[in-house]
Amino acid sequence: MPITILVFAKLRDLVGSPQLVREVVAGSTVEDVWQALASEFPAAAPYRTALSAAVNAGYAKFSTPVAEGDEVAFLPPVSGG
Amino acid sequence: MLPETSIPLLSITADAVDVQAVVRRAEDEAGAGRHGAVAVFIGNVRGENLGRRVIELQYEAYEPLALNAFGIIAAEAGETWPGVRIAVRHRVGRVAIGEASIVIAAASPHRAEAFQACRYVIERVKQIAPVWKREIFDGGEAWIEGATADPFDTAARRAAYERACR
Repeated sequence: MPITILVFAKLRDLVGSPQLVREVVAGSTVEDVWQALASEFPAAAPYRTALSAAVNAGYAKFSTPVAEGDEVAFLPPVSGG
Repeated sequence: MLPETSIPLLSITADAVDVQAVVRRAEDEAGAGRHGAVAVFIGNVRGENLGRRVIELQYEAYEPLALNAFGIIAAEAGETWPGVRIAVRHRVGRVAIGEASIVIAAASPHRAEAFQACRYVIERVKQIAPVWKREIFDGGEAWIEGATADPFDTAARRAAYERACR
């Protein structure tokens, strides 16, 4: 099933694009989406320990399941204000 | 219809922030002078950071989640300081030295709660809001990375509260 992945700031620079559409198997979690992304872009893999996630613009845990068409965002450490 | 000068209570903008508009928004719906105090925080872009001369900052946000984050934070402030009303306006895009990157107004019946809530909100924005700054400095540029955004982290929330109240 297709999902949309959003990445920001330095993580976007590492991935080379702000938005990707990828296929994941039904029953996948946010963690599964990240692992696939990190396999595709190994330079991004070390971010895992400092990363947060969102699904459809709401904060999510890595154990959160994803559904077809979801927008899954990965957030590097923030620096607003 | 909103008056032309009105802005949302929680907002993100690529334009210069009108501090007075944020203050007015916090005071909206206060009703017959219920808010005796408004505390304002203005975060300005410094011309120096880590010993380097800063030329400008470039902010980016995951806007729908950032607006959700501001809402979560304002609700937390409302739970902690009943009667407090929070307005937040954050810049994105290029922000020049000396310009405001964020303005927070906390309106409250009394000053103690207004000051505390205002401090709490900026601490929480820095902890969880999905906003990033890229620093353009003399000799290079770099993403600035602070806290791992985790709204479920109760220790971080407590730390923000303690900073607000000390």
